[in-house]
Amino acid sequence: MLFYIFAVLAILSAGYMVLTRNLLYAGFSLLITLLSVAGIYVLLFADFVAVVQLMVYVGGVLVLILFGIMLSSRVRDKSVLSESGNKVWGTLVGGLILMGLCYTILHANISALPWLQTTELNVLGLQKSTVQSIGIKLMTDVVVPFELASLLLLIALMGAAYIATDKPKA
Amino acid sequence: MEAIPLEHILLLGAVLFSIGILAVITKRHAVVVLMGIELIFNAANLNLIAFSRYDPSLLQGQLFSLFVIVVAAAEAAVALAIVLRVYQHFHTANLPDIVSKENS
Repeated sequence: MLFYIFAVLAILSAGYMVLTRNLLYAGFSLLITLLSVAGIYVLLFADFVAVVQLMVYVGGVLVLILFGIMLSSRVRDKSVLSESGNKVWGTLVGGLILMGLCYTILHANISALPWLQTTELNVLGLQKSTVQSIGIKLMTDVVVPFELASLLLLIALMGAAYIATDKPKA
Repeated sequence: MEAIPLEHILLLGAVLFSIGILAVITKRHAVVVLMGIELIFNAANLNLIAFSRYDPSLLQGQLFSLFVIVVAAAEAAVALAIVLRVYQHFHTANLPDIVSKENS
C-alpha cells in the first residue's frame, strides 16, 4: 500500500538525516522526508495542504536551509561536516519519548472515540477537492488569523533582512 | 481503497517527532538543529491532518496545519538570518564553540 511506502521512505530518510555527518546529505534527505510527507497528505485527502507543503517547505524553507549551510560553513577543500555530541542523552531522551508516545497511542484506543465513529470516512463525498472549501473558510471563519499570518510574514521578512545585513561597527 | 488506520499515521508522527528531538539534542551545527525543528513541525502537521480526515465539513485540522506551515516558514527565515549573523561574528556555526567563545 502506498502509505506504507511513503512512511518507510520518510522514516529512513529522517534517520539518515540524523545519522549522517555531511550537512548537504542531511539537507537532501530532509527534502526526501518532506516530499514523502506531502505524498501522505495527498493520501489523507488534504490536497491543498500537500501543495502548500511542496511550495513552502520544499521550495522555500529547504532552499533557505541550503543557503544557510553554504553560507555558514567554510566550503573550501573538504565537505561540510557536523559533529554530534550528547549522543547518550539524545538517544535516551528520544527513545523515551518514542516509547511513551507509542505506548500512549497503542493503549488509548483512539479508533473507539465516539466522534471518530460517527463520522463518515469518505469526507469529501461528491466534492473532489478541498481547495474550494478551504478558500471559503479562509475568507469567512478564519479571516483574522489569515490577515495576522500575512502580517507575521511581512514582519519576519523585514526582520530577517534587517538582521542579516552588515551593520557598520559602532 | 480501504482507509489507512489512524494509529499507523499517529505512530509515523511519533517516530518523526522523536527523530526531530534526537537531531535537536545531538547535532552541533545550528542549521541541523533547525532541520530537526522542521521535522517536529511536520510530525505535528501529520497528526492534525490525520484527525482532520474525520472532520468532514469543517476542515479545521487542515486550516491549523496551514497556519503552522506559515509560522514555520517565518521562523526558518528569521532563524537562518540569526545563524548567518552569528557566523559572521564568531566565524563558526557550531553551538558548543559559540558558547565557549561567548564565555571566554
